[in-house]
Amino acid sequence: MKADLKVALIGNPNTGKSTLFNVLTGLNQKVGNFPGVTVDKKTGFCILNDGRRAEIIDLPGTYSLYPKSKDESIVFSVLADRSNPHHPDLVIVILDASNLKRNLLLYTQVADLKIPVILALNMMDLANKSGLNININLLSKKLGVPVVPISARKAEGITALKEAIAYANRFALQEDTIDVEQLAPELISSIREEIHVENNYYALQLAHQHEYLPFLSPQQNDRIETLEEEHSFHSQKSQATETIARYNFINDVLFDVVTRKEHFAEKESYSNKIDKVLTHKVFGFVIFFAILMFIFQAIFSWSAYPMTLIENLFTWLTSVLHKTLPAGPLTSLLLDGVIAGLSGVLVFIPQIAILFAFISILEDTGYMSRVTFMMDRIMRKVGLNGKSVVPLIGGFACAVPSIMSTRTIENWKDRMITIMVTPLITCSARLPVYTLLISLVVPNRNVWWLFNLQGLAMMAMYLFSVVSAVVVAFVFKLILKSRERGYFIMELPVYQMPRWKNVGLTMYERSKTFVIQAGKVIIAVSIILWVMASYGPGKRMEQIDQKYSNASFTGKKSAEEVQRLKATDQLENSYAGILGHAIEPAIRPLGFDWKIGIALITSVAAREVFVGTMATIYSVDGNADKLDSVMDKMRNAKNPETGLPVFTFAVAMSLMMFYAFAMQCASTVAVVYRETKEWKWPVIQFAYMTVLAYAASFITFHLLK
Amino acid sequence: MKLSQLTIGKKGIIKEFTDLEMSVKLMEMGCLPGEEISIQRVAPLGDPIAVNVSGYQLSLRKREASTIILQ
Repeated sequence: MKADLKVALIGNPNTGKSTLFNVLTGLNQKVGNFPGVTVDKKTGFCILNDGRRAEIIDLPGTYSLYPKSKDESIVFSVLADRSNPHHPDLVIVILDASNLKRNLLLYTQVADLKIPVILALNMMDLANKSGLNININLLSKKLGVPVVPISARKAEGITALKEAIAYANRFALQEDTIDVEQLAPELISSIREEIHVENNYYALQLAHQHEYLPFLSPQQNDRIETLEEEHSFHSQKSQATETIARYNFINDVLFDVVTRKEHFAEKESYSNKIDKVLTHKVFGFVIFFAILMFIFQAIFSWSAYPMTLIENLFTWLTSVLHKTLPAGPLTSLLLDGVIAGLSGVLVFIPQIAILFAFISILEDTGYMSRVTFMMDRIMRKVGLNGKSVVPLIGGFACAVPSIMSTRTIENWKDRMITIMVTPLITCSARLPVYTLLISLVVPNRNVWWLFNLQGLAMMAMYLFSVVSAVVVAFVFKLILKSRERGYFIMELPVYQMPRWKNVGLTMYERSKTFVIQAGKVIIAVSIILWVMASYGPGKRMEQIDQKYSNASFTGKKSAEEVQRLKATDQLENSYAGILGHAIEPAIRPLGFDWKIGIALITSVAAREVFVGTMATIYSVDGNADKLDSVMDKMRNAKNPETGLPVFTFAVAMSLMMFYAFAMQCASTVAVVYRETKEWKWPVIQFAYMTVLAYAASFITFHLLK
Repeated sequence: MKLSQLTIGKKGIIKEFTDLEMSVKLMEMGCLPGEEISIQRVAPLGDPIAVNVSGYQLSLRKREASTIILQ
């Protein structure tokens, strides 16, 4: 679909930019990637009043064109590079009316690039409440741009804004803000001449940012570098002078535009009152942990019903297809490979949607920045950041969306460490594995009257995961080199009610991204696993067929039992079984046999596959949900050589340690790659987690043996 | 006097910065020479702090606050 007009939406964080974007585009939006960078690109279409289609692109929120995080660096690239497919014909700068001064800094920078601009003045009601009068006409006249008052939250003023977009000039008519040329006169004129740039401010920005701009050729880059040296250009000093000049200009503009209401008694804001409780020395943490407990509970209990529903739906679908499709390898591939794999992904949607609903509510209300504020000191000690708290909490549900949520961490090192340790947190996929193993070896009785021993064991595993994440984070803190100086300068936005539409959209979008991104990998892996578990070297399979068609062998057994024995035999001789035997020497020191080996291999894609594989191997009529029967079989399993039980306390504990550390989750590997855009990181993560898993397992087994 | 030495609830006027790199970031966020700044609260564990400046609330670590010199 071609757009008649390209419009970029930019503004400070917390100004209601995404809300405006959602109002303008509705569900007509898509999230992609800017070529070559990890930054999410949100675009959508909006039909103008005259019938033309405007493509709206939502650029990351930023306080200035000088970027501080990777997300922000895209803003200048899009605005500056005329050959960029997203280069806008028009920029809408959205301003928080209650804080015009700081918001206008970004406007003055954009204005000087001489791109047509419209100002959208949001949150007028908030400004009025805090006793400010804003003369909109005067502001518009002084700056020379259209100013449209809107309320993104209430969807007010949107028609007027669309009109302004439709009537916008093709040429930039805004007044000059500051004397840019004066900041570096010779350098600017040389760059203009040699790189063929028309605009002074653009030339100056090239001098500041050329190293990070993908559209400059290496020669141009070198040339700018040389010019900078020739004219002894100091980037930071120039930036400081520029910022002061811009604020002087803004003060002049706002001097008679914003006036304080007369007789307005300045009373303590409600936001301040809330903060007194929510960031209180004692109550602050109590409330935080109470909210955590609530979210944690909700993720488990609210998702239980829809998850069962999805599972049942797939069971039903499989059984229907089993009846309608002709039996054969293709049907088996579709049902046991693709659909089984797909259900493994889709079953997590409820948890992901709920987790993201909570995260977006916490962010929308402004509470998340308070959590960051409270936790920064503790988190910093172990190499993390106040902002790491959010993904770590989410890790209890699922590492995949949690790793996606690390994008809010500006500091590269802090973000990497958070991504690296998040998968250590006990996620919901480990739950079925732990449940099975704990009920196998831990007696179900109470100690000290009210504590169930099995429950305590489960809680110990959760605590253990938090401790290991903290320790590993500390180690990474010592190893990783910082790319930039760490700092923590963050706006604490005013508390607001959550915007339910945004919450809904976030849930929808995150779930969609998860299904598409992780789904591809999971389906591929499950197909491979299916092939490996269903096929084996021809000769061996023939022998099995012969053995079971032999009447003297099957004579006294029922048909069902024969089928079961045959399936077990086939599995042992399939490629997966052969692989299990092959890795047996490596895992024997951990107390595992080849059957556990197969489960370890199959659950490389997803941890919960362990239970299903155990069920198949111990031939429980293909029904993985019958935990009791799997347990009985596992309890009765004997080592053929020694005649002793396979699943001793030591083996079960060793297995749990393995699952606590091992990176057995294809979705996480995929999402870490997606978020870091380098295979190096998922590889390092996989390696360190495997080593830890092996070591922890080995030690546990030998201590308990 | 440094901003980090200001007590809660007290106001001060920003005079200058001791660190150029930090000053560029702080100024963009509205901490400019001549601007009034006051400490709103301190995080429960003593760091970071929340200040009121340019009509909004900003949080920063004490180390960063110590680069701001008040009049």
